[in-house]
Amino acid sequence: MNTHEKLKLEYADNVMIAYVSDDIDHHRAKGIREGIDARLYADRPERFLLDMSEVSFMDSSGLGLILGRFTLCRELGIDFALSNPSREVEKILDLAGTSRLIRIEKSEKRKDK
Amino acid sequence: MKRTKVNEMKVIFDSKSENESLARYICAAFCAVFDPTVEALADVKCTVSEAVTNCVVHAYKDTVGKIYMTLKAYNDSSVSISIRDKGCGIEDTKQAREPLFTTDLAGERSGMGFPIMESLSERFSLKSKPGVGTQVSMSFKLDKNTKG
Repeated sequence: MNTHEKLKLEYADNVMIAYVSDDIDHHRAKGIREGIDARLYADRPERFLLDMSEVSFMDSSGLGLILGRFTLCRELGIDFALSNPSREVEKILDLAGTSRLIRIEKSEKRKDK
Repeated sequence: MKRTKVNEMKVIFDSKSENESLARYICAAFCAVFDPTVEALADVKCTVSEAVTNCVVHAYKDTVGKIYMTLKAYNDSSVSISIRDKGCGIEDTKQAREPLFTTDLAGERSGMGFPIMESLSERFSLKSKPGVGTQVSMSFKLDKNTKG
C-alpha cells in the first residue's frame, strides 16, 4: 500500500513545504515521516513548513510526527514552522500544551470549516 | 428516566495498523444514531484511535493478536466503549498515564495517548495485568447536533 499518496512536497527559494492531508494516525505517520525526512536530508532547505490545513483527523501519532520533524529540523539547522493547522490538529496541540514549543503560521487562505 | 442500554456491538479484529482507522469509523458509525456534534464525534474517534494504537504498538508489539472492542449505547445519548487486548500488559499503570511517558523511544511516540483518552472522555478507566492484557473503558455523553 502506498502511504505517500496524501503527501505533497514543494521546494522553491530554499523553502520546503509539506502538505499533509486527511487522517493522520499511527498507520499513516510512518510513510509521511519517511517521505518528508528523505527530502529534508537531501535538499537541506533553510525553512521547512508543515502545512496541516487539510488534516481531517489527528491523534497523538500526528503529534509525534510534528514533534519529530521539529527536532530533526533543529538538528539540521532548518527553520521549522507548522502552517495553517486545522481545528482537529489545534485541539491535539492544545491538549499536549505544545504551543510554546512549536511556531504556528497562519496565512489568510485558511479555510474555516 | 431510568438509564437503559439501547444497543450493543462487539467487534474482534487483528492488531494491524490499518485497523486503527477501521475501529474509529466503526465507533463513529455506531454513535451516529444520536446525531452527535462533529466535535463530540471527533473526541470518540480520537480516543478509540489512541486505545487501538496502544494495542498495535505496545500490547502485541511485533506480533499480531486480537483486539476486542465492545460498544454500548444508552437511552441518555451516552456511549461506552471498551477496548481490550491479551497482550503484554502494563507494569505500572500510574506511570503509563503520565503525560509524555513512553516506553517506545525509537517509534516517535509522543507519550500522550492515555492523557488524551482521559481528557476527551467523560469517564476513563485502565485495568492491566502484565502477561495477561489490558482493558481501557471510556464513556461519552454525545451532545446532539442542533445545527440540523
